[in-house]
Amino acid sequence: MVHQYKQGGYNIVIDVFSGAIHVVDEVAYDIIALFKTHSKEEVISILTEKYKESKGIEEKDVAECYGEVAALEKTGRLFAEDTFKPMANKLKEKTSNVVKALCLHVAHTCNLNCSYCFASQGRYSGERGLMSYETGKRALDFLIENSGTRRHLEVDFFGGEPLMNWDVVKRLVAYAREREKETGKEFRFTLTTNGMLIDDEVIEFSNREMSNVVLSLDGRKEVHDRFRVDFSGKGSWEKIVPKFQRFVEARGGKGYYMRGTFTHANPDFLEDIKQMLDLGFTELSMEPVVCAPNDPSALTDEDIVLVKKQYEELADLMLARRKEGRPFTFYHYMIDLTGGPCIYKRISGCGSGTEYMAVTPWGDLYPCHQFVGDESFKLGNVYDGVQNTARQNEFKQCNVYAHEECKNCWAKLYCSGGCAANAYHATGSVLGVYEPGCELFRKRMECAIYVEVAKAFES
Amino acid sequence: MEHIKTLETRNLCESAKNGGCGECQTSCQSACKTSCGIANQKCENENK
Repeated sequence: MVHQYKQGGYNIVIDVFSGAIHVVDEVAYDIIALFKTHSKEEVISILTEKYKESKGIEEKDVAECYGEVAALEKTGRLFAEDTFKPMANKLKEKTSNVVKALCLHVAHTCNLNCSYCFASQGRYSGERGLMSYETGKRALDFLIENSGTRRHLEVDFFGGEPLMNWDVVKRLVAYAREREKETGKEFRFTLTTNGMLIDDEVIEFSNREMSNVVLSLDGRKEVHDRFRVDFSGKGSWEKIVPKFQRFVEARGGKGYYMRGTFTHANPDFLEDIKQMLDLGFTELSMEPVVCAPNDPSALTDEDIVLVKKQYEELADLMLARRKEGRPFTFYHYMIDLTGGPCIYKRISGCGSGTEYMAVTPWGDLYPCHQFVGDESFKLGNVYDGVQNTARQNEFKQCNVYAHEECKNCWAKLYCSGGCAANAYHATGSVLGVYEPGCELFRKRMECAIYVEVAKAFES
Repeated sequence: MEHIKTLETRNLCESAKNGGCGECQTSCQSACKTSCGIANQKCENENK
């Protein structure tokens, strides 16, 4: 399978199953488009005719180019066949019942009252509550006990707002560090926070212990304060921005993401990216809101058109700032072409419900943070382990070949089948797909690859 | 005349050899939390 597109003056060809990326001239671009549906003679004839006047390209030039395309096919770098399907469930079989990552919901409560919050202001449609140290400790033990030979273990302190249970977070980190010594495991901690309770002590501890911090900021003040308000309705932007700036500066500008959400209120989210840059932040992530189509925050078809344009402009902004010696990172445009994931990872899905689970303040296990609050998805608890094996089996079956809609998608080995929660909420099945998300994902991948192409040609 | 330039990319077929160690980061854990992608992840296999 091949995907061709043009961006920023480059003709880009992605060979899906080999992973090869080619940058080609106009003639090669046209040959590749016709290669599988026309004979060699037909292709040469059609394109000799097409180019003879406009570019003065002769038949021998087209034939020579055809030879280059054919050579790539022969070496498996173009039109490579899909030979990966038999591996679809191998990674999950190999790692069966191994858990390596937990999202610890240390606080099902929040000091902000954001109307667009998927977690219903931190409560996840349930009672407010804080995780006790004992429950958190048991969750870490559960993770270690079920991690098999995995060395790297990931724990995200999540909520609600995790800083509302900060003392427990610190004690859990200390406990995990103790257990690292005897088990040989290595914990990587992440903290996801709205910033309201950040102080010097939080900064000092986090910068020592958290490999990554995710800081929620939607960009422009008026955009941020539209949703991210306290319980009296007051916007949080002015309070949190100076805290985030101090936090990031003390962190040396690394190991963090400013993480925003864009909605129907700001489909021109590039302005929010620019605001973040103006505030001195360079590690950025802006996510499209995920909600029901009839929600007032939902992106409309018109918004989607604008958002795609914004993604293109964002790619160009990244390249321009890079040239000026002021580079920045956009989470979704990070792509490691030479050192990225192996094919097993690329076809295995996200790992929710299998190697990754969310833990509620009371120790209940869910496939991921986005299923918390939906009792039917409760898998078990950290004391007794997974008991709802029927539900877990649905997640074990999630892989890129399990989604009918992914069959003809060129981006499937970059997304691995998409988000199970989004699929479930959109279609009622974790094996469905959330098509609006797919559309934007494909656009982001085109832009990400374009940025890599442009960088390669610069150097 | 060269018509095609190929960027250096990881060979996906080759990656099957010694692949699947599972040490890499969980897809959704780092920054997004609402969407899924694996393209931006690093391979952490020490035996690749």
